[in-house]
Amino acid sequence: MSRVLNALFAPGFFGSGPVRAAVVVGAVVAVVTGAVGVFTVIRGQSFAGHALGEVGSAGGSLAFLSGTNPLWGFMGVAVVAAGLMEVLGLHRPRSRDLATGLVLGAGLGCAALFLYLDATSTTSTGVTVTILFGSLFAVSQPVLPSVVALSAAVLVVIASCYRMLLLTSLSPDLAAARGVPVRAVAIAYLVIMAVAVSLAAETIGAILATALLVGPPATALRLTKRPGGAMVVAGLVGVAAVWIGIVLAYDSYYWPPVDHGWPVSFFVVAMVFVLYLGAGVVAALGRARRTRHVAAPPAMRESGCEPHVDADAA
Amino acid sequence: MFSGFMVNTWIAATMVAVIAGVVGFFVVLRGSAFAAHAIPHGSFGGAAGAVLIGANTILGLGIFAVGGALGIGWLSRRGRHDVATALALVLMLGLGALFLSFSVEYAPAVYSLLFGEVLGIPAYDLLPMAGLGLACVLAVLVLYRPLLLTSITPEVAEARGVRPGRIETAFLLVVALAATMTVPVVGVLLMFSLMIGPAAAARTFTSSPSRAIALSVAIALAIVWFGIAIAYVTNYPVGFFVGTLGAVSYGFARLWTAWRRGRAARPSPGGHAVRLELTAPQLPAAPRGR
Repeated sequence: MSRVLNALFAPGFFGSGPVRAAVVVGAVVAVVTGAVGVFTVIRGQSFAGHALGEVGSAGGSLAFLSGTNPLWGFMGVAVVAAGLMEVLGLHRPRSRDLATGLVLGAGLGCAALFLYLDATSTTSTGVTVTILFGSLFAVSQPVLPSVVALSAAVLVVIASCYRMLLLTSLSPDLAAARGVPVRAVAIAYLVIMAVAVSLAAETIGAILATALLVGPPATALRLTKRPGGAMVVAGLVGVAAVWIGIVLAYDSYYWPPVDHGWPVSFFVVAMVFVLYLGAGVVAALGRARRTRHVAAPPAMRESGCEPHVDADAA
Repeated sequence: MFSGFMVNTWIAATMVAVIAGVVGFFVVLRGSAFAAHAIPHGSFGGAAGAVLIGANTILGLGIFAVGGALGIGWLSRRGRHDVATALALVLMLGLGALFLSFSVEYAPAVYSLLFGEVLGIPAYDLLPMAGLGLACVLAVLVLYRPLLLTSITPEVAEARGVRPGRIETAFLLVVALAATMTVPVVGVLLMFSLMIGPAAAARTFTSSPSRAIALSVAIALAIVWFGIAIAYVTNYPVGFFVGTLGAVSYGFARLWTAWRRGRAARPSPGGHAVRLELTAPQLPAAPRGR
């Protein structure tokens, strides 16, 4: 038994402080991005979500330059960028892509300048890599309480606006007809997404922020068509990907080449991707079984006789 | 600024601007800014891998860019386009993080790959760049009509037997070619800014595709030349100037057209003709997510 445990978890796994912090922060962030990400995927705003994380790195490097907590830098700039995208036309499908792209380009330009200044003022060339790629094992302990508090706040807001968010995401016209302030809800959602993404980008890196915001929710929406259920599944998938990634990264210290471990970001991204592909296979198998059991011609089902959230609909 | 090693930079930057202007027009028209961001950004992983095994950086960039384009095409056949793009991007970046952690002497080079480098263009890189650029222009010429058709009137395109999926994949491959050749100068992150800003600005001025392409190339050239000159003088990273100027040019274009429209709306002798010209039909929006 202990041999099996030793093979799965390399010695020292449970006693390590950074690992414990990574397990907690990774799970918290995965749950929050999973819940927020279901709406991101349904609303088709993956690009905006990714862009907010990357633009936030400009804020992170600016905070690094001025010596304040990078979390606030990430978050402040991400929220401002979300506002700019909205002003430039994120709400119109026609100009959504362009608005996001323009803000992302300008934000990355600023990040280039700040990172350059960081590198020249501190003579540490690793800043670029730290801010852009991040590491789950480098989570600083003092940030933990604010991360948990902000995550809880995001979840509370999502829970309290759940119905309005869902209606405006699925059918903006119907929502408008019912008197839901569609534009205000869209702006509120954008701010929530900015907060969630910058939380994730600051603690686990911009790559993982995008991976967790889009991957687990898309996986969940392949498995279940109910948005509420999808949020739970997305959280579980995200936590599973992060924890398996942490275990593998810790074990990899004993893999070749020997002197250091493999990056945890790589393992988490790989897990997210594998789970997404796996969900596709599961969904395809489920469809095939239903087609065999139900006598109705497939054309009827495809024409939308079942009421559900179609994640693949444009 | 114009002597010795800087000559290579000016030549390379000019080629980059032309390609970014041409390809960028279609990126903006088709609303595929995310793919245009993801392919160059993800190809960073290929560059890291090439450095690790001691191969040519352009080769690594190219393999990852083409792989990313094909991966996005393959994944989006089974799911949403933006989800597919995001997943392909993070997978390539994850591989990049892996390669990066294996190579030790790479840290300073990461910055110049991400944000561009004015001084680091060796002469032997110019020939492959020119070749890739030529291939890009030829591909756009061949694809010109089907690209416009599938972007503007997808129904007509389909009725004429043009397969939108194939055109999309072909277009993503063109973006991958453009990314491979432009990345060494402006960097993986800013290459995309150079494709979006100038093309978006050009489209606010004119509705004719050929004129918009010419204008977009002109604006991209101005931005790159200006950016390199300033970067050379001030020593700040060229990516900062290219990235912000791309967005600024679009802002100016919007302000300029708004001002023109405001003037035209005011009654004046001969104002009628002006108004007619301004209300000429714009290009319709590109279909979202295709």
